[in-house]
Amino acid sequence: MSVKLTTRQVGDVTVVDAAGRITLGDGASTFRDTIRDLAGGGHKKLLLNLAEVSYIDSSGIGEMVSGFTTVTNQGGQVKLLNLTKRVKDLLQITKLYTVFEVFEDETAAVRSFT
Amino acid sequence: METRTIEQTFDSTLESVDAGEEIVLKEAQDLGFDEDDQHKIGIAVRECLVNAVIHGNRYNVRKKVHLTVSRSPGRLEVRIGDEGERFDMSQLPDPLADENLLRHSGRGLLLMQAFMDEFQVRPREPNGTEVKLVKHTAKAA
Repeated sequence: MSVKLTTRQVGDVTVVDAAGRITLGDGASTFRDTIRDLAGGGHKKLLLNLAEVSYIDSSGIGEMVSGFTTVTNQGGQVKLLNLTKRVKDLLQITKLYTVFEVFEDETAAVRSFT
Repeated sequence: METRTIEQTFDSTLESVDAGEEIVLKEAQDLGFDEDDQHKIGIAVRECLVNAVIHGNRYNVRKKVHLTVSRSPGRLEVRIGDEGERFDMSQLPDPLADENLLRHSGRGLLLMQAFMDEFQVRPREPNGTEVKLVKHTAKAA
């Protein structure tokens, strides 16, 4: 299964619920397009909920980083919510744990946006 | 159990990446790797196949990707070769350097090294590059 992304609004924060695989091909491009569309549409506070993401490869990681850069350059913020152990391991290996703010509680994550 | 070896040649397409990963994962499962290790093996093999298709063979329909999977008690060895330009690992940017953390790409080799017990890059004859990946089962390690 490729990635399935659904968005919902919590106050002025846009939560993106992701499920499935974010890998080279459809998964990574769907992810990239969704983040770009949201950023282009003025959504500058993005919270990526990765609870149901089973698999991310280096292309998926690359798209997360690109999304982070795009939104940050426009004055926005991208934060991560509910990482599985496997995704957490990937972010630690790639040192991206030092780049992204990561939360395990949605309410606390939403409150953290400035 | 003696060593069992599977050899397969693939076209330089992304479909080959899925097919190659599936073959390796079947062998890993039969060898008794747990789910976490299967996941790590899957990512490492996937990254390696993607490199062979995209960076090695550059999707060239005349160039093939060569997969060899050998399994013996407690040990899985995967060799993936391409027919492209050879490359020098020492010339690649360090993906963990602060100035490279936000680069879009360049993390595949890092993940292979992190998830496998052995990782080796060597020239493939008569052309291209071959990567050898080895993983031992927990019992054998």
